[in-house]
Amino acid sequence: MTIEVRNIVKKFGAFAALDHVDLKVGKGELLALLGPSGSGKTTLLRIIAGLDWPDAGEVWIDGENALGHGASERHVGFVFQHYALFRHMTVFENVAFGLRVQPRAIRKDEAAIRARVKELLDLVQLDWLANRYPSQLSGGQRQRIALARALAIEPRILLLDEPFGALDAKVRKELRQWLRSLHSEIHVTSIFVTHDQEEALEVANRVVVMDKGRIEQIGTPGEVYDHPASAFVHGFIGESIVLPVEVSGGSVRLGGRPLNIGSDGAASGASRLFIRRHDMAIGPAGTGSLEGAVRRVRSFGPIQRAEVALTGGEGKTVIEIDAPRDRELQPGEIIGLQPRRYRIFAAQD
Amino acid sequence: MVSTAVARRSSLPGFGLTMGLTLTWLSVIILIPLAGLFLKTLELSPEQFWNILTNPRTLNALKISFGLSFAAACVNLVMGTIVVWALVRYRFPGRRLFDAVVDIPFALPTAVAGVALTQLFAQKGWLGAPLAELGIKVAFTPIGIFVAMVFIGIPFVVRTVQPVLIDLDPEIEEAAASLGARRWHTVFRVILPSLAPALLTGFALAFARAVGEYGSVIFIAGNLPNVSEIAPLLIVIRLSEFRYADATAIAVIMLLASFLIILVVNRLQRWAQVRIPA
Amino acid sequence: MSTPSSFAAPANPMRAYASMADMTASAPAHPEPSDRARPLARSIDLRSEPGPVRFIIIVLAVSFLTIFVVLPLLVVFASAVSSGIGPYFAALAEPEAISAIKLTLLVAAISVSLNLVFGVLAAWAIAKFDFRGKTFLITLIDLPFSVSPVISGLVFVLLFGAQGYWGAWLQAHDIHVLFALPGIVLATIFVTFPFVARSLIPLMQEQGTHEEEAAISLGSSGLQTFFRVTLPNIKWGLLYGVLLCNARAMGEFGAVSVVSGHIRGETNTMPLLVEILYNEYQFVASFAIASLLAMLALITLIVKIVLERRLDEGQIPRDH
Repeated sequence: MTIEVRNIVKKFGAFAALDHVDLKVGKGELLALLGPSGSGKTTLLRIIAGLDWPDAGEVWIDGENALGHGASERHVGFVFQHYALFRHMTVFENVAFGLRVQPRAIRKDEAAIRARVKELLDLVQLDWLANRYPSQLSGGQRQRIALARALAIEPRILLLDEPFGALDAKVRKELRQWLRSLHSEIHVTSIFVTHDQEEALEVANRVVVMDKGRIEQIGTPGEVYDHPASAFVHGFIGESIVLPVEVSGGSVRLGGRPLNIGSDGAASGASRLFIRRHDMAIGPAGTGSLEGAVRRVRSFGPIQRAEVALTGGEGKTVIEIDAPRDRELQPGEIIGLQPRRYRIFAAQD
Repeated sequence: MVSTAVARRSSLPGFGLTMGLTLTWLSVIILIPLAGLFLKTLELSPEQFWNILTNPRTLNALKISFGLSFAAACVNLVMGTIVVWALVRYRFPGRRLFDAVVDIPFALPTAVAGVALTQLFAQKGWLGAPLAELGIKVAFTPIGIFVAMVFIGIPFVVRTVQPVLIDLDPEIEEAAASLGARRWHTVFRVILPSLAPALLTGFALAFARAVGEYGSVIFIAGNLPNVSEIAPLLIVIRLSEFRYADATAIAVIMLLASFLIILVVNRLQRWAQVRIPA
Repeated sequence: MSTPSSFAAPANPMRAYASMADMTASAPAHPEPSDRARPLARSIDLRSEPGPVRFIIIVLAVSFLTIFVVLPLLVVFASAVSSGIGPYFAALAEPEAISAIKLTLLVAAISVSLNLVFGVLAAWAIAKFDFRGKTFLITLIDLPFSVSPVISGLVFVLLFGAQGYWGAWLQAHDIHVLFALPGIVLATIFVTFPFVARSLIPLMQEQGTHEEEAAISLGSSGLQTFFRVTLPNIKWGLLYGVLLCNARAMGEFGAVSVVSGHIRGETNTMPLLVEILYNEYQFVASFAIASLLAMLALITLIVKIVLERRLDEGQIPRDH
């Protein structure tokens, strides 16, 4: 089922939570809305679900104007950040709720409801918890029950608000893989909101990066990581070294010194140079466009992370680079650095 | 008994002193007098005790007190829910004033409430006169007792349920809506069941208060034996007749009933605790 | 809250107050003019009921409170001045009235101060230390809330009455407890026993012991710690408890009625005088006294709301 959002505006007082947002989601997609808090991602999700109303714009679900219907008529499955399980109902009754409140004409009989709930509890692998109360469940279990409850109504689309936000790191990792395999099993068009880039990149097949109520970039995980469309996306996704540079007529200068790199088509003027930590080639002193003294080296896993004080600028500019373990770095050593890949964006603000 | 079970874990001074004085004062004011009541009852043979309780006038007084208290608590449960809903969920002119007004039955001395209700519902009173034209007599009938009991029970349901409704997670209502529930489904299947422990606690508190109530009831009650005589009044009458044993027996029964209610309320509170997600 | 009428615990009303702030925020913020221009965008407030239902609920709530609470209160004042201002003040100037007012003030002064001292001691022991049986102790302190006022009076009659346990001994030594000031004070202390302790315990538990431990480690003595560190932190809660305690002490009827003996001009408190005058059909005089008690209740309510606001504000910095 498809979702189309056109020119949505939502203001809370003077604050624009969503500022003319357009988005199309294709059938069977698993889309991530990624952004810092206050970027408007949850508001967008709630508007699609009918839990909030836009000040302007349109929402189309499956070619049908969704703003003509309230939340209870949209057949949209919504999984809340804190699950919002009904704590006075057992797990079974929670999942059955959506089936029991259906209009009498289409309501299933008790046996069919039981069968359906059983099926869903099997799907989330928690059938053995049917008679427990939500307060007796772990966070990960609650999350899965909330999902089963949302799926019970056979939703046209599934929306998840920070689905793993309230869980500890280990459970998060497990649930991510589980969600992805579940999605490939049931294939419901799904959107989830997250502020965790790793989660978005790992789970989603497309990522929508949002900031300040606007969409900064839409793309596959590879696209948003390797080809960030804006300084914000570059800074928000992956860890980057950011250096203030001056672009003039195709050449790039750092603190007055020219760097041996192309201007990447950037316009002249004050700019910012973005380099991924692992995209810095290390050579002996004198090679490369940058030079600096290694200050501190920490090694973990396959990489070593080094703090390097760049030459010039009175050693005040310190960057962190990731280098493979095969080239041992020593504190005090002067090294040359050459960006392998980089992006230049105009300095803003 | 409490001080012997002490497990001190604090570096602050004064535990022995304050605990000692607390227990002493508690014993003098509360425990010894209440123990006296139970000792007095033990002077009665079971047969005597039984005879007092099965005396028709005693039985009727207990029936009137417990029966009307139950009815009043039911009204308070329903109307209290409506009042809480209006105060918490809606905005209307005078809302803050009505919110404050809820505490009046608790703050107003019972004798004042008693004479005021009587005056209001007496045959020539502001409400008594129109009701009399409809053929309804409130003052000096069991209905009057019921009205007074409703009055004093109002704050209990409202103030018990109000904070729970305020703190109710808005997401559970949104969840219900997104699952296709109409508003009345959400209200009756999700919200009210979530409030159940608080509602029942408020009900129990209002009931307990009404059973023991004296001041606001006796003026409007009429106090006809077997018809409109409440149990606390019968205790007072037995005392004035120097029938201490009778008074004590009735008091013990009422006291046991209120202990039972405390127990129920404590269970309800624990139930409510369990249902709060950890 | 664990027992009937434990409104003395400030947690409840404080949250009730918080409701007001909450409500302004949760009020529907939808109707903006731009909303109506677009054809299909109908704004649905998920968490509210249809207009007519809302209207009916508000009307029911307001009528119920008006009939059962507002009108009785108005009747008191209307009846008090029903014959004019002159008879009203004349009724208050009666020697009987003046002696009742004096007795009420005296009883309240004694019982409130004793309960104040006790309440602080109990709150210190309960809130600042851990020990087994704490819940049980709190239940015991709460007990008077769940005892009928008549029974609260009765227990003292059984102890001190002519046929009571110590009646004969007291008579032999010509000591008057029942039908005299000591009996009235004892009964009043009994019914107002929990107020101060119950309003302090949650507050002091929430504040914990860190500040006191810091003071002790800096060399302050126990009393210094209490007066310089603890007391400033609990002063509003303490005032709150004293206020409610006082209101109940001045207004107590049932318990006092049982132990007082209704000796005119001697053992009649204001609520008892209201009863006597009413039963003698002296309605103006009865309601004149009643109006004083009603004003006491109103003032108590207003100060209570102010204090709750203060207690509420006092907690904000601690949360963040």
